[in-house]
Amino acid sequence: MKKILTANISGGTKISGYEALKKTLSMRPEEVAFMVERSGLRGRGGGGFPAGLKWKFLPQNSRGTIYLICNADEGEPGTFKDRHIMEFDPHLLIEGMVIAAYAVGAKQGFIYLRGEYGWIAKFLPKAIDEAVREGLLGDNILGSGFSFYIDVFRGAGSYVCGEETALIESLEGKPGRPRLRPPFPGTNGLYGKPTLVHNVTTFSCIPFIIQNGPDAFKAASSTGRGGTKLFSISGHVNKPGLYEYPMGTSLRELIYEAAGGIKGGKELKAVIPGGLSTPILRADEIDVSMDFDTLAAVKTMLGSGGIIVMDETVSIPRVAQKAARFYAHESCGQCAPCREGTAMIKLLLDRMVNGQGEQDDLDQVMRLCRYINGSTICAFGYAVSLPIAAMIRKFRNEFEALLENR
Amino acid sequence: MKEELKDIINRLAERFPEKESALLPALCYLQNRDGYVSEEGMKSVAVILDLPEARVFSTASFYSMLNLKPEGKYIIQICTNVVCTLLTENPLLEYISNSLGIREGEVTPDGLFSIKEVECLGACGYAPAMHINEERYENLTFESVDEIIGSIRKSELI
Repeated sequence: MKKILTANISGGTKISGYEALKKTLSMRPEEVAFMVERSGLRGRGGGGFPAGLKWKFLPQNSRGTIYLICNADEGEPGTFKDRHIMEFDPHLLIEGMVIAAYAVGAKQGFIYLRGEYGWIAKFLPKAIDEAVREGLLGDNILGSGFSFYIDVFRGAGSYVCGEETALIESLEGKPGRPRLRPPFPGTNGLYGKPTLVHNVTTFSCIPFIIQNGPDAFKAASSTGRGGTKLFSISGHVNKPGLYEYPMGTSLRELIYEAAGGIKGGKELKAVIPGGLSTPILRADEIDVSMDFDTLAAVKTMLGSGGIIVMDETVSIPRVAQKAARFYAHESCGQCAPCREGTAMIKLLLDRMVNGQGEQDDLDQVMRLCRYINGSTICAFGYAVSLPIAAMIRKFRNEFEALLENR
Repeated sequence: MKEELKDIINRLAERFPEKESALLPALCYLQNRDGYVSEEGMKSVAVILDLPEARVFSTASFYSMLNLKPEGKYIIQICTNVVCTLLTENPLLEYISNSLGIREGEVTPDGLFSIKEVECLGACGYAPAMHINEERYENLTFESVDEIIGSIRKSELI
């Protein structure tokens, strides 16, 4: 792993560094925000929304309460980047949060940690205590007069809480059901107050940007836009794991060079490029630059950067079935198209894979995907319909074979 | 007992600008204490946090890690998502199910184990994976699963 972002913190027990924070405190908050805006940093959780623009939605120069939330509800299947940042370099995240808080005028921050990450819930508070002890967090940070506090909030098992308004609901002690927007969290977030939510990895990019400048961040990508990217590579590769590469690295290079190629010398069949919710690519589509815009142009998404590699032995209908079961289980249930649609898709795929499908089932699944698209409060609808429709479109013969053989 | 719970939950509430935020931590506390979240416990939490009971029940039932009925002492949580099942020929769930003689959602007669099918545990690079209570286990094989379950059984005999 290329250590580009993990600048100078030894992680965990001994604290050194926080150089970017020291620099930040010598700048005006708007200068800090301007650097982040110029860096072109886009949200690393999956949405890819420009971070600088999100900051502008907050009240500017306000004396009112602004909350800062770190979204550590990492639940997108195929993704394990935030976990490793928190395990190996928690101070990078803390530093990024303090810098962002200084820039936007937040006094209180929360790290919303997914419930399943119990071991991280044990030591993250220790890292926070270390930072407080060293005067890097808490009252009057490094004598600057600026104070900021972080508390860890542990979730209790819900995929949809990764959606920022569902996360806010959860933090307020409610079921994690996404809110209708507008209003956006920038004006009406936690307890109705302006709130900035970023993913763990987004916050963790900020210290590099402040320390080395927005141009250095842009130059760290191969496209000249947007720094490095953490790729979680899993599935049928020789060296699964987390890799940091320039944004825009080709998918082929990530699979064959970073992750050491396909296990057991088998042929590649398909790749899910950015977490289970992103549309699948065929083996002949992997000469593609892994950045937000290029992947959007080929009708998929960079998403969380969770690359799931599948060899020739994999049955795509089975993958679609697993995905459908996952979404049907995790739908929060408030929008009928998603609640009923995911349940129907699951039922249809279950019976197809079990050899009991009807001739019309495949078209029925495609119709359901179209109905769900755009008719739900949150992006969960797209997260279900786009990847399942893509699996059927690109591997239709495998699904049809299930119907013919019955 | 009631007073103690009140103190604990009030302390949890102090951490937050609004005390309603202490609801999920309070329910997790009850689960840690009792092994599950009981109806009686939920009612107490509603009183202490001054929330409608319906609100407490609806939150408690939304989250998959909160158990509303007693479970085994060791809850085996097996990931059955795409990557974990790509990498095992025979799904781990079926294997553990067979070896313990219970199905998903059931508890062994001795009360020691229960099995839960769970969503992606963020261990796709180290699949297949499972958690037993708060412990995580990665890169599993049938042999290592046998060993893990065997050592828990052994520790319970002592």
